Amino acid sequence: METSQPSRSGDSVIEVTDLHRHYGTGATGYHAVRGVDLTVRRGELFALLGTNGAGKTSTMEVIEGLAAPTGGTVRVLGRDPFRERADVRPRIGIMLQEGGFPGELTAAETGRVWAGMTSGARPVAEALELVGLGHRAGVRVKQLSGGERRRLDLAMALLGRPEVLFLDEPSTGLDPEARASVWRLVRELRAQGTTVLLTTHYLEEAEELADRLAIMHGGQVVTSGTVAEVIADRPSRITFELPEFAGASLPVLAGAEIGLDGRKVTVQTVSLQDTLTDLLGWARHHGVVLGALDARSASLEEAFLAIASEAAHQSPPQAPAAPSRPARRRLIGSAR
Amino acid sequence: MTTAVPTATTAGPRSTTVRRLLALGRAEATLLVRNRTALFTALVLPLLLIVTLHSTLSKEAESNPGLDVDSLLVYGAVGMILAFVVYYNLTAAYVGRRGELVLKRLRTGEARDIEILLGTAVPSLALGLMMAALIGIGGSLGLHLAVPVNPLLMLIGLVLALATMIALAALSSAFTKTVESAGITTLPAILVMQLGSGLFVPLEVMPTQLADICRLLPTTPAFQLIRIGWFGTDGSAPATDFLGSWGAAGSHLITGAVWLGLAVWGAVRYFHWEPRR
Repeated sequence: METSQPSRSGDSVIEVTDLHRHYGTGATGYHAVRGVDLTVRRGELFALLGTNGAGKTSTMEVIEGLAAPTGGTVRVLGRDPFRERADVRPRIGIMLQEGGFPGELTAAETGRVWAGMTSGARPVAEALELVGLGHRAGVRVKQLSGGERRRLDLAMALLGRPEVLFLDEPSTGLDPEARASVWRLVRELRAQGTTVLLTTHYLEEAEELADRLAIMHGGQVVTSGTVAEVIADRPSRITFELPEFAGASLPVLAGAEIGLDGRKVTVQTVSLQDTLTDLLGWARHHGVVLGALDARSASLEEAFLAIASEAAHQSPPQAPAAPSRPARRRLIGSAR
Repeated sequence: MTTAVPTATTAGPRSTTVRRLLALGRAEATLLVRNRTALFTALVLPLLLIVTLHSTLSKEAESNPGLDVDSLLVYGAVGMILAFVVYYNLTAAYVGRRGELVLKRLRTGEARDIEILLGTAVPSLALGLMMAALIGIGGSLGLHLAVPVNPLLMLIGLVLALATMIALAALSSAFTKTVESAGITTLPAILVMQLGSGLFVPLEVMPTQLADICRLLPTTPAFQLIRIGWFGTDGSAPATDFLGSWGAAGSHLITGAVWLGLAVWGAVRYFHWEPRR
């Protein structure tokens, strides 16, 4: 799979070239990001997907300017986000993966602190209203629900009307209704020209929102493009169960691959309509009843799962296969 | 949630260093007022210590007839307030904000690192200075202490003491996991200040060699500068006038600056912005 090419239009807002990030040194060191290239154009919503420990947050932190890259270059709005932090920060908004607000301050007080540290801030009440927290302004942060805290975090990221918005798992912990309204809000911001880079592990979130996306695994971008491009060369799938006495053997289906597991049959095909027509024709001709028949086009979820398992089988050189959750916590933690 | 994102509403002013420090300081002050433990440590503990200080000094005066108990009481009290209200309080504040990931979140904004650290220190500094001024001026008037010999030197000593305390607080926070354990991790430095920097035990009542060692401790020079500026002597020589006090201050200025440099270096080297897991 190729990675996204840097745009030649020169209107890219985020430009990442051969990014590496290494934590610690020697045997305890960990190479979290291994040569990532990304380009996000102005006004685009770009989603970074990946399994746990794929390097999404490590990549985001470098692009946000929270940490220096070990190797490679990062440009946000044409500048180095780490070295030229003072120039970049007034033009971007960042929402981290978790919290970061004192529990004893109210939502409005939190907003006031951030307004004092943000150039051209919106009125605090307006920012809270945007994320549906207007009625909770006087409530202390520790008394807000997890979802409300995520929305407060989003409100703070939006306070300075940023040109570029970084959202690290924005809808984790939200109930379906709140998630839908966050999506609506993000879409509106995009419609107004805000460039958005978000990480998520909700595939439907990427499918709903993203203009383009990249799937990361083992610190590398495994595939990228529009949703349609990413799933384009993924096969569609037909599954069914044969009756106990089929009376006829399965036909040869052109361009399809048949897998048998007892009576359960899985057919993978690049041409769903043709294969399904052939299959159903065969079934009618021989009077075979296909139980639990299911036919579906390739989805982002299928593509994602396939990529994750393929990549796990052929790990990149000296890269650990998808680290388990505890290992990741320790490794990431060593950089803190 | 509302459906439309407003595009043309009023926008706030440009963020400046002063606005950022004030915003952070205000938030931190609100948090201090809402935290009973911290407020107690900041307001009541130093006052309790002053009572202890008075009885300790009175006992020492019995075996050292020349000891000026009143002067040392006021001076020691000012020192203890700075130690508790600034050093201890600020260590706990850094650890608390780090644990809540507040420091990490603040670093995603426009504030520079040094502004985040100083902004968090604003209420501790303000409260410490206010209490020190209250006790210093009130004590001087009430106990009829002499007018300071060299106020400029006192100011230099005060600034040096505060800067060293902030750097030490940042450094101590690196070795403190929870707010609760700040009481233990700050104890060594607090004890050194109480016993070794001439606050509880004046250096002149110590054996000469011990006193010489104590003069080299991190916080001794700053406190001794305040004392020389105030009384014209650190107790090791007869009191001098304004000009003479500069001579007496020379060595303390050098050791104090060296310690400040080391404390800042240590803070930069070891301070971390988010919890280690």
